[in-house]
This record gives sequence, C-alpha cells and structure tokens, in this order.
Amino acid sequence: MGINVRVNNLAVSYNGVKVFENITFSVESGQLVGIIGPNGAGKSTLLKSILGLMSIDRGEVEILDGSISKARRKIAYVPQRNDINLDFPVSVEDVVMMGRFPHLTWWGLPRRKDREVVTESLKEVGMIGYRHRQIGQLSGGQLQRVFLARALAQEAELFFLDEPFAGIDISSETMIMDLLRGLRNQGKSIFVVHHDLNKAETYFDTLVLLKNRLIAFGSREEVFREETLKEAYEGRVSTFAGSDKLMVVNG
Amino acid sequence: MDSLYFFMDSLVKYGYLQNAMIAGVMVGTVCGFIGCFIILRGMALMGDAISHAVLPGVAIAYLMGFSIFIGAVITGVLTSLGIGYISQNSKLKDDTAIGLMFTAAFALGVVLITLQRGTGVDLWHILFGNVLAVSREDLWLIFFIGLLVVVSIFLFYKQILLSTFDPVMARAVGIPTNAIHYLMMLLLSLVTVASLKTVGIVLVVAMFIAPGATAYLLTERLPSMLGLSAVFGVFSAVTGVYLSFIYDVATGASIVLVASFLFALSFFLSPKQGILVQKYRLWKAGV
Ligand SMILES: Nc1ncnc2c1ncn2[C@@H]1O[C@H](COP(=O)(O)OP(=O)(O)OP(=O)(O)O)[C@@H](O)[C@H]1O
Ligand SMILES: [Mg+2]
Repeated sequence: MGINVRVNNLAVSYNGVKVFENITFSVESGQLVGIIGPNGAGKSTLLKSILGLMSIDRGEVEILDGSISKARRKIAYVPQRNDINLDFPVSVEDVVMMGRFPHLTWWGLPRRKDREVVTESLKEVGMIGYRHRQIGQLSGGQLQRVFLARALAQEAELFFLDEPFAGIDISSETMIMDLLRGLRNQGKSIFVVHHDLNKAETYFDTLVLLKNRLIAFGSREEVFREETLKEAYEGRVSTFAGSDKLMVVNG
Repeated sequence: MDSLYFFMDSLVKYGYLQNAMIAGVMVGTVCGFIGCFIILRGMALMGDAISHAVLPGVAIAYLMGFSIFIGAVITGVLTSLGIGYISQNSKLKDDTAIGLMFTAAFALGVVLITLQRGTGVDLWHILFGNVLAVSREDLWLIFFIGLLVVVSIFLFYKQILLSTFDPVMARAVGIPTNAIHYLMMLLLSLVTVASLKTVGIVLVVAMFIAPGATAYLLTERLPSMLGLSAVFGVFSAVTGVYLSFIYDVATGASIVLVASFLFALSFFLSPKQGILVQKYRLWKAGV
C-alpha cells in the first residue's frame, strides 16, 4: 500500500496571521481520515492547503507520489453547503456531470460514456429520481448526496469533504458513510472535516486533531485520549464516571 | 398600426435605420449572453465599472488617432486589474475598490474628452450612444466582437460554468479561475465597445443585467437562461429602436426602458418566482 498524501512541516497563514505550523503526517491508501478540532482550528484551511489552493509559508504537500499539479484530476472535493449558490440554474444531473469535466478535453463535450457514469453515480446515491430537479429544491441530505455523486463520477483517488454531515438527516448520513466506507475498501483515501466527536470515533480509521497545530494524529486510541482532547478543546471536556467514554462540551 | 407601417416603410428606405436595427440585434444577443454570467458571478457592479472605465481609452484613442476598440480594451482591462490589486493589497472590500477605480477612470475620460472640444468628438454620443450613426465598419466591428464573445463562451463553457458555480472545485481540478475572471473582464470591455453606439457607456450595464435577470426568474437551466436572455436582449433592442424612431427620443434609453419593463413583467408574473403569482397562489390556497 502506497502513501497517498504526505504533509511535511506545513505552515499556513492568512495575511501574516498564522493558522497553523509544523503539521506533519502521512496517509496511506484505503483510509477514512477524520479532521477534527474546535471552530477556527484550521480544519478547512488544512483541506485547502492539501488541495493546493493556499499559498503555503513553509513545508510541502505530496499527493499520489508527486506534486499536486500532476494529481489534480484525481482529486474530488465536496464543498461545504453554505459555499454553494442554491439558486444557480443547474439541475442535479448538471452538477454530477461537472465531475466528468476533468476527464474531458478543454472544449470537448460530454460523450455517452460520461452520461452513463453520471447515471450510475446518481443511482449509487439514490438520487436518480431527482436528476432533473434544480438543486435548490433538495433537502440538505439530498444535496450532499448529489455532491457525493459528483465526486463518484469524477472517479477520483482522493476525496475531500468539508463538513458533509452538517445539518442533514440521519438516513442521508448513514448512506453517505456507507458509500465512503465502500470507497475506502476500494483503496481510495477520504478526508472528512467533522464536528461531532462522538461519531468521529466510530466513523474514521485515522484522525487528525487540530488546534492551530497538530495536537494528535493516528488511530482512535492514539487521538481519543483525555489529554489530547483537553488540549484541543481547552478543558471543555468531561469524562463520564464509570465509563471511559469522553464527552466534549462545545461552546 | 400606422406608426408600425411608417417604421417599416422607413426601414426599407433608409440605410441608417437598417444599420441601427442590425446593430441592435447583435448587441442585444451578445449582451444577453455575457450578462447571464455577470449575474451568476455576482459581478453586476463590476460590469458597471468596466463599462465606465472604457471611456478614457476611447478618449485617448480619439486623441491619438488609433482605434477606439484598442483604447477601450486597454483601459477596461487595466481597471479590472487595478480593482483586483487594490482589494487584494488592502483591507478594502471589492465594492469599495470598484467604486474608487471606475469613477476615477470615468472622470479621467470626461476630462480628456472635454479637453479636445471642437474636434468633433461628442461626449454625449459616447455616453448615451448614437444608434442612427452606425456605419458599415461599426457593424463589422460589432459582428466580430460578438463572434469572439459567443465563441469564447461556447468553447470555455465548462470552465466558466464550473468556476462560477463551485470555484473551489474548479481550482482543485486545475481550472485557471483567475484567467477565467480576466477573460470575462476582457469580454466585458469588448462588449461595451460593441454597444457604444447603440446604448452608450452609461446605460450599457442595463443591457448586461436586465435581460439576464429577466431570464433568471423564468428558468432553471443555464442553457435556457442564455437563450432567453439573448431573446430578451434582441427584443429590447428592436423595440427600443422602433420606439425611439417613432417618438423621436434617445435610442439607448428607450432600449433600456424596454428591457426594464420586461424585467418588471417577469418579476411580477413569472410562473415560479413572480410576486403576484405567489400572492395569487396563497390567496387561492386560503379559499
Ligand atoms: N479567508 C480568510 N482570511 C483570513 N483569515 C481566515 C480566512 N479563512 C479562515 N481564516 C482564519 O483562519 C483560522 C482557521 O480557519 P478555518 O476556516 O480553517 O477553521 P475551521 O477549523 O475550518 O473552523 P470551522 O469549524 O469554524 O469551520 C480562523 O482563525 C479563521 O478566522
Ligand atoms: Mg471550516
């Protein structure tokens, strides 16, 4: 199994204000990686840096054994819901077709194969019946499934999802998790920014705990320890007596 | 009906009226197309800025005796670069940078033109158009600009669509979103030049956004929005030229009024979004 993503000594800032520094970790293929940490910890920024969308101060990011520019089309991204203009005049099918754009030439039109892939992807997320709907007329969960279908249609190696479970119903969440596990089992690597610590523990194989630096990285056991969580969430962590389950109190 | 007959009769008789009509149809189409992307990218203010910023270029071109086309493109693009530079290198937001840059450019243009009073350059005509003075060469210029715009949009449809809808994914898969932004700015400057005689610099932004906004309320797919927007642009131009001929009023302003009227119709009556239609539905459901 090869290394899919290697981040080495990464430091990033916005207009001179440091978000984080000294981030080093690597992720093999076939991993579901959760990126967790409190608000403002730099989760979205880390995602954008790995995607090559930030100018980085120091360090390097290697993707699929090369620099990001060679790997671009193999990277799928699922945006945060409030980054999308829901009134945009595109249908569900149009959005999923965007996943095929990296496979087309600059001016080429979608072919039959592309349309088939789009149909397949829509079926996989159970949204084929909505293919002609305008995207503003979907529930939050349905919308996430459509964006996941777009990522599937892209036939990517690496998947990046920014808070895909924020404000969606449990059945969509379960379905998306099942699909992500399926992808993981095919050897893809999936990065998910996630808020809910209780679920993070069961959802992910590998965890990245951030708080303006890398607090902890590794398996659940390594990351879900009282000291690390307390450090990230500044003591707003309490342990239930009689169980070793940790509970985080946010806010 | 009499006036329609009179208009048709004149249209057949007078070359200048035919040129005005042809120019109107082409300008309406091109403005309609580019306008959709301006609306969807949230750049209406930017469109206003670029169209005004074309003025100093036009003035310098008259002064130095080269093509206004080149002058307009240069100052249009320089202004958009300036706006980007200011907003990236200070804490000012985009709209402030836009407001600063385009008024400065516009003022420079007005000063340059008033400097050369008596040389036959009519500020009024540049600002508000003079559609009855459209020459053969003007028609060819409009045609080639229109062709370039339409071809660019069709050729780069995917890239423009994705970078407008989801800029983060667009950049992640390697689409040069900055280049696309400046391509749009360049096309905007070109379309402004094409519209110079028909609607003029001051009102051209209405031709960018009114037909597109009208279409936006009526459809849910981008291709049909583009098509409808072009149809509304052409309808506004043709009707505007007709009304200005019959009532002997400024052409550019008549065209813009027709376009605004169409927008008002779709705002109140669009089957899905119309304010009145929604009220009616509520009322009916209540009964
Ligand atoms: N465009 C920006 N310009 C300046 N500062 C920014 C920008 N985006 C984020 N920041 C700052 O960088 C830090 C990290 O932000 P980031 O969005 O990565 O946090 P996050 O962990 O994703 O938070 P959340 O859980 O709220 O989404 C924050 O302090 C934020 O204020
Ligand atoms: Mg975030």
